[in-house]
Amino acid sequence: MSEKRITKANRDEFYPPIPTSGTKFWRSNFLYQMFKFFRLNLKIMRIVVKGHS
Amino acid sequence: MRYTKKNRRFTYNSQANPIQDIRMKIVVLGAGISGHTAAALLKKKLGRQHEVIVVSPSEYYQWIPSNIWVGVGRMSVEQVRFKLPRVYDRWGIVFKQAKAVSIHPEGDEEIKSGFVSVEYTSEGNKGKKEKVAYDFLVNATGPKLNFEATPGLGPGKNSLSVCSCDHASHTWDELKKAIGLMKQGKKQRFLIGTGHPKATCQGAAFEYALNLAFEFKQRKLSHLADITWISNEYEVGDFGMGGAFIKRGGYITSTKVFTESVLAENNISWIKRAGVIKVEPGLAHYETLDGSSNSVEFDFAMLIPAFAGQGMKGYGKNGEDITSRLFAASGFMLVDADYTPKPFEEWSVSDWPERYQNPSYPNIYATGIAFAPPHSISKPMKSPEGTEIFPSPPRTGMPSGVIGKIVAENISEIIKHGGTNHRHLANMGRMGAACIVSAGYSMTRGLGATMTVSPIVPDWEKYPDWGRDINATVGEIGLAGHWIKIFLHYMFLHKAKGYPFWWLLPE
Ligand SMILES: Cc1cc2nc3c(=O)[nH]c(=O)nc-3n(C[C@H](O)[C@H](O)[C@H](O)COP(=O)(O)OP(=O)(O)OC[C@H]3O[C@@H](n4cnc5c(N)ncnc54)[C@H](O)[C@@H]3O)c2cc1C
Repeated sequence: MSEKRITKANRDEFYPPIPTSGTKFWRSNFLYQMFKFFRLNLKIMRIVVKGHS
Repeated sequence: MRYTKKNRRFTYNSQANPIQDIRMKIVVLGAGISGHTAAALLKKKLGRQHEVIVVSPSEYYQWIPSNIWVGVGRMSVEQVRFKLPRVYDRWGIVFKQAKAVSIHPEGDEEIKSGFVSVEYTSEGNKGKKEKVAYDFLVNATGPKLNFEATPGLGPGKNSLSVCSCDHASHTWDELKKAIGLMKQGKKQRFLIGTGHPKATCQGAAFEYALNLAFEFKQRKLSHLADITWISNEYEVGDFGMGGAFIKRGGYITSTKVFTESVLAENNISWIKRAGVIKVEPGLAHYETLDGSSNSVEFDFAMLIPAFAGQGMKGYGKNGEDITSRLFAASGFMLVDADYTPKPFEEWSVSDWPERYQNPSYPNIYATGIAFAPPHSISKPMKSPEGTEIFPSPPRTGMPSGVIGKIVAENISEIIKHGGTNHRHLANMGRMGAACIVSAGYSMTRGLGATMTVSPIVPDWEKYPDWGRDINATVGEIGLAGHWIKIFLHYMFLHKAKGYPFWWLLPE
């Protein structure tokens, strides 16, 4: 990993934030993602309904 | 609006005049997301008394967003499309498998009302011409995939596409070959992005790049894939809407950071501010905003073409060319937008249309991608050589559906209650949009980035800091995003097929 990253120094790909293992865990945690599924759907619905008269 | 039965033509006056007792003909050109939504609602609201006719060159409806998955072999063509005639028969909509060639809003010697000249594309009728009369016309013909605008671009030439399910299926065939070579240990270079300095639809290409990365990871071939994202955006994450700001990790950050992070995590390098000007076998030439000319080699390129209108013409009563009263130079239809050229700093949400009605012929509307936007959303940029390199404004599925819906609602109210009032409005500067960027197809390991913005066109007067409602703007990546994308696939196909309670489902 470190060898690969060093080859990118000073290139655009070197600087962006990269997810930690904790972030990756929550991204695929079933229960947390179930909660997100309903929450995001609700947000989307609100936007659809609000968007036109 | 007044309808006179004698000459079957509309004349405008201020009197409310219900025209319910006359059988009206509403012609919808195009059966994509926008046209199909409009036709379905028109029929539902107007019932058997009025006639709804759909003209579209293909007998299929396709759910275009899922073409990404066809392009990586996760869905078959049949899973993303279905035949329209069965659905239209059930609904009582007349379907003509034909393409519109010209619009004659004033009629001619033979037909007194407006009509559309169409040319049939169905087997058995191919090439046959017909004049289809209308009282109201909805142009929902979407974009022409303008591969010709970039020499060498497109299927059958030197690059691939996922813009239609046939293109996507062909792309999957090519991808299988590339995967075969990688399995033999051969490194492959993938170039994904925009194939024209003013192309739009960055989101779709971005999804495809992420899906490729995911597929290679699943096959443990990532070390043999060199994926490059090439884009006309000033910064990645612009997506043709000038980027957006989102709340994340205690900061308000731009979609540039979010998008760069996703690309870097997937080992995808990027070339930005690049307008692809020519594609040769294995080699794409591009110009950048700083004026330099470069080229990049590839083994596999999926590049989105520029979009244009379908190239329909307009003719007056005596056969004179009135195309410029109906269409902008881009081929998209003129509507109630403010097309006065203005500097970027003076753009306003009020430049954007809200009724989608042609100013010269008020019984003609344009919905979805078919309407001409007043200008881009991203800031226009030019290279020192004068090449404009920036994304054209996207009109994604949700606004396309919503516009189709409000146009159908307004037309049916005018027919039922008379008057010229448009009660239903949908300005892209007031309307939000949600976009789910697929980043891998798997119910347990898949990923999707859920992005919502409100409004689509930034309103710097109402939201002086971020241009949009920061509380309604979301950018989240996770397995839930993939579930939502799958859920939407089935939900929208359910709705489009007119299955039980379809009308309850949102656009
Ligand atoms: C690969 C890809 C992925 C995408 N993913 C997403 C996504 O995830 N989310 C999202 O919101 N949006 C997405 N989009 C954008 C979305 O597909 C479009 O916004 C939407 O299809 C526009 O709808 P429309 O009805 O205006 O045009 P279309 O869907 O293109 O429909 C146009 C219709 O007009 C017909 N037509 C063409 N010429 C004529 C003619 N001369 N006469 C009569 N009919 C004609 C066509 O056959 C078609 O039926 C994606 C686009 C692509 C290409």
